[in-house]
Amino acid sequence: MKKEIEFMLNEEKVIVEVEPHWTLLHLLRETLELTGAKEGCGVGECGACTVIVEGDAVNSCLYPVMEIEGKTVTTIEGLAKPDGTLHPLQQSFIENNGVQCGYCTSGMIMSAKALLDKNADPTENEIRTSISGNICRCTGYVQIVESIKHAAGSMKNTQAAQNGK
Amino acid sequence: MSQYDVIGTRAPRVDAPAKATGRAIFVDDMSMPGMLYGALLQSPYAHALIRGIDVSAALKLPGVKAVVTHKEAGLVKYGVSPARYDETIFCYDKVRQVGDNIAAVAAVDMATAVEAASLIKVDYEELPAVFTIEEALADGAPLVHDDYKRNISAEVHQEFGDVEAALKECDLIKTTSLKSKRQDCAFIEPQGCIATYDLSGNLTLYSSTQTTHYVQRSLAMALGAPVGKVRVVKPYVGGGFGSKASASHLEMAACLLAMQTGKPVKMIFDREQVFLHGRARHQFVHTMTTGVKKDGTIMALKHEAWLNGGAYSSFGIATVYYAGSLLGGPYKLPNMKYDGYRIATNLPACGAQRGHGGVIARSCWEQQLDMIAEELGMDPLELRLKNIMTAGDVTCNDLDMSSLGMKECIEVVRDASDWKNKKGKLPQGKGIGMACGFFVSGAGFPIYRSETFHCTVTIKVTEDGGTAIVSTASAEIGQGSDTTFAMIAAEGMGIPLGMVRIESGDTDFGVDLGAYSSRQTLMTGQATKQAAENVKMQVLDALSKELHVPVEDMDIKKGYIVFKKDKPDLSALKTRYIKEHREWTDNPSLDDELSFREASRIAFFTKGTIVGTGMYKPPELGGKFKGAAVGTSPAYGCSAQIAEVSVDEQTGRITIEKMTDAHDCGQAINRTSVEAQMHGSMAMGLGEALFEEVKFDDKGRLLNGDLAEYKMPTALDMPPMEALIVESHEPNGPYGAKEVGEGNIMPTIAAVLNAVHDAIGVRIHELPLNPERVYLAIKEYREKNAKQ
Ligand code: FES
Ligand code: FES
Repeated sequence: MKKEIEFMLNEEKVIVEVEPHWTLLHLLRETLELTGAKEGCGVGECGACTVIVEGDAVNSCLYPVMEIEGKTVTTIEGLAKPDGTLHPLQQSFIENNGVQCGYCTSGMIMSAKALLDKNADPTENEIRTSISGNICRCTGYVQIVESIKHAAGSMKNTQAAQNGK
Repeated sequence: MSQYDVIGTRAPRVDAPAKATGRAIFVDDMSMPGMLYGALLQSPYAHALIRGIDVSAALKLPGVKAVVTHKEAGLVKYGVSPARYDETIFCYDKVRQVGDNIAAVAAVDMATAVEAASLIKVDYEELPAVFTIEEALADGAPLVHDDYKRNISAEVHQEFGDVEAALKECDLIKTTSLKSKRQDCAFIEPQGCIATYDLSGNLTLYSSTQTTHYVQRSLAMALGAPVGKVRVVKPYVGGGFGSKASASHLEMAACLLAMQTGKPVKMIFDREQVFLHGRARHQFVHTMTTGVKKDGTIMALKHEAWLNGGAYSSFGIATVYYAGSLLGGPYKLPNMKYDGYRIATNLPACGAQRGHGGVIARSCWEQQLDMIAEELGMDPLELRLKNIMTAGDVTCNDLDMSSLGMKECIEVVRDASDWKNKKGKLPQGKGIGMACGFFVSGAGFPIYRSETFHCTVTIKVTEDGGTAIVSTASAEIGQGSDTTFAMIAAEGMGIPLGMVRIESGDTDFGVDLGAYSSRQTLMTGQATKQAAENVKMQVLDALSKELHVPVEDMDIKKGYIVFKKDKPDLSALKTRYIKEHREWTDNPSLDDELSFREASRIAFFTKGTIVGTGMYKPPELGGKFKGAAVGTSPAYGCSAQIAEVSVDEQTGRITIEKMTDAHDCGQAINRTSVEAQMHGSMAMGLGEALFEEVKFDDKGRLLNGDLAEYKMPTALDMPPMEALIVESHEPNGPYGAKEVGEGNIMPTIAAVLNAVHDAIGVRIHELPLNPERVYLAIKEYREKNAKQ
C-alpha cells in the first residue's frame, strides 16, 4: 500500500508516494534518482549511505522512509550551489585528495558537514570521531582528515571575512 | 627545477570533482529501460551432491522472466589460470563451498527475483567436508576436486643455489613460523554488473571489475560467444584490491540471463556475498630456516608454505608461486629453497589480494631476521643494510632489480623516526620495529600464454586542436590511474593537463590487461607515453612541412611550439586558423607564440584526425626455470617502514602510535597519489596485523560476513602516518616510474611484530594480534621465564 509523504529535500519541497517498508536510501536512489548516497552494506555498518536529516548525519539505509515526513533532508547533491559553486568541503576534498575510489566519499562529506555545521573549529579527534562510522578501505583516512581540516579552516576564514565587512 | 612540467606535481585527480559531488556513476547507480533484476540461488552446504534441481515453482511466479541452471549455462570449465580451470558457471554434480552457485533468476524487480530463487528446490546429499589444511591432508579425507590428489591444488618445489651446503657454513641457523588468517578485500562497493544483449548478438557487460580484458575473454569462452561480440565496460569502481580481478559467477549469470531474455539484467552482490565470493587473501602458514654468518651475512633460506585455498583455484597457482619468489630480494641471498602447497578445502575460494602471495611470507621472514639480529647482537636495521641489494643486482631466482632505492628507504625512515635514539631505549610497553619489502611492477606475462601486447593506447586530438582524448582499456578503480595517464599524456605531448581528457575501462578502447600486479603505471604508462609522443611527432611533422623548419629544431612545451633556432614568421599560419573559424568563440590570440591548438589544426588540414598510438609488452625477462613467470617483472618498487607501538600488558591491547614509511616508486608521477597509496597500503596492512579475520563455523558458514563483526580500521584506529617518497630512476618505466600500490603493504605487519617484541619482549607467531592473542602470549612468556 503506497502512502504519500512530504518533506524538504535539498531545500525543495518533495511530495512522493512510498511503500511504508522502504528506507530513505531506497527512496533517494530508486525513486528520486539521487544516486550520490551509496549502498555499501545496507545494514548501517559502513556509512556510505550517510545523509543529513534535521542536522544530524544518519545512515539512510536504516532510516524508515515514513519517518522523514515533515523533516529536512540534505544529500550530497544538495551541497553545491545552484550555480555550480562547490561547498568548501567538496572543494577541499578535491584539492587535498580526500577521494580515491569515491564510494565512501559522499557519506564522508555528509558526516563532515554535519560536524562542521555544529562545530566550526573541531579538533582532529572530533573530526575522526565524526567519521568513525564511515569506513574507507582506500585512504587510511589521512587525506580525508586533511580535507576536512582545510575545509573547516577555509569556512572560518570566509566567515571572518564576512563578519569584517 | 624539475625537467618536467606535469610529471611529479600534485595535480588534483581528474575524477575528484565527479566523486566529491556524488555524480560519479558506479554500476549500481545505472539503470536501463526495461531492466530486469537478477538473483542467485546459492548452496547452504559446504560439500554436497546435487541429486536434482526443480525450477518449476520459480518459473510460475508472476514477474519471473527466466531461470537458468547448468542446463542453460553448459559445462564449459573456466577459471583464472588455464592450467587450473576448475569452475563451471553453475554447479551440476556437487557443491564445494557454502554459497556455490546453483541457479539464477531474472525478474521484474529485486524482491521477485529473490523470492523466485527461494522457490527453486534442490535435492542435496550432504558430504563430509574439509575446512582446515590438516583436515584436507588427513588420510582418507574427502576430495574437494577428484583431480587434486590429497587435496593439493598446486605445489611448487624450487631450489636456487645449494641450501644444505650453505647452511653447513653458517654460524647461526634459525627456524620460525608464522600463521595468518583469511583477510577480506572489503572494498566498500560490492561487485555488481548490468548485462545487455542486442538483436545482432552483441553482448555488453557493465561491471565493477579491475580487468575488463580477462572478463571479456572468460565470458566469450564460458558462454561460447565470439570475442569480438563481447564488450566489457567498467564504470567507476569502488575499490578492488584483487578481488575484482577475474570474471565472477555474477557476471556470467547476468550475461546468460540477458541472452535468454533479450533485456538488460542487473545483479549486485550483497555484503555477505562479497565475503563468500571475494576470492580474497588465502590463509598462509610459513616455516622458514635462515642461516647467517657471525657478521650477519645472509647465506641461505629454506622455506615451506601451506595455503588454505578454498573450493576453487582462482589465482591460487600464482599465489603459491609468489609466496616463494618474492623472498628473493631485497637482501642478497645466494641460496634459496622453496616448497609451497596450496590446499583445496570446502571454504569459499581464495585468490589475489594486495601484495599477492607475498605479504605473510615477508612478515614471517622479516620477524625472523630481527630475531637473528638480536642473537648476533646487531641492530636489525644494520643487519638489513649489510645485506641490502642495490640497483643492478639480480636475485638468485633471476629477478632483476633494474632500479632499487631500498637502502635509501631504510636510511630515510631511520632518520625520520629517530630510530637510533629509540630502538631498545623505549620504556617497557613501548616499542619500535622495522621491516622492508618489495613488489613487482606488473607481471612479466599475461595470465594466459600469448604474444599479446599487455596494453594499447590511442590518443586522438579534436579537430580544433583543443583537446587530446586518451583512450585506454585500463582500469581506474580508485588508485588514480586515470590521473596518472592523463598526466603522462600531457607531458608526452607537451600540453597542460587541462587539455587532456581520458576515457578508460572499455574493451572497445583496445587491449589492457587491467589493474592487477601493480602493472598499470609502468605498462599502460609506457603505452600512453608512446602514443603521446606519436601525436607530438605528427603535429611537428605537419608543421615542419608548412614552415620549412626541421622537426628536430622544434618541440612542444606547456601547450606552445618551441623553436630551438630562429623563430619563423608565423603570421600566415595564425591568420589561417582564425579566418577559417571566425564563428568559434575561443580562437587563439594573435600574439607571436604558436600554440599546440593552432599547430594541431594545421596538422588536421593535411592529415585528418590526428591519432597517436602506443603499445607495450615487457622485454625478455630472466628465468628459464618452471614458475619463473611468477615474480619476474620489468621493475620492482620497494618500501621500508617503522612502526611505533604501545602494548597494554594488562589487556593485550596494541596501539599503533606512529608509522614512518618510505617507498621507492621510481619517478613519482603524482606525488599526492603516491602518498595516498602508501597510506592506504599501511591501513590495510595494519588491519591484517591487528584485527582482520574472516571466521567460519564448523559447517563452513560465515560467522562474520558483515562490516560490523569483520573488524577493519576506522578513522579512530589509524595512527599518524608519515609517507616519504624516495625516487629512483627506473630504466624500464615511463619517465622512470614504477609501482607503489602493493610493495608498500609488504613491511607493515612485520614492522608491527618487531615493534611489539621491542615493547614487551614477546615474539608472536600467529595473526591477527588481537588483545586475546597478545594477552595469552604475554602470559605464556611470563610463565616460561618464571620457570627458568
Ligand atoms: S549502506 Fe548504509 S551504512 Fe552501509
Ligand atoms: S575512497 Fe574508496 S572507500 Fe574511501
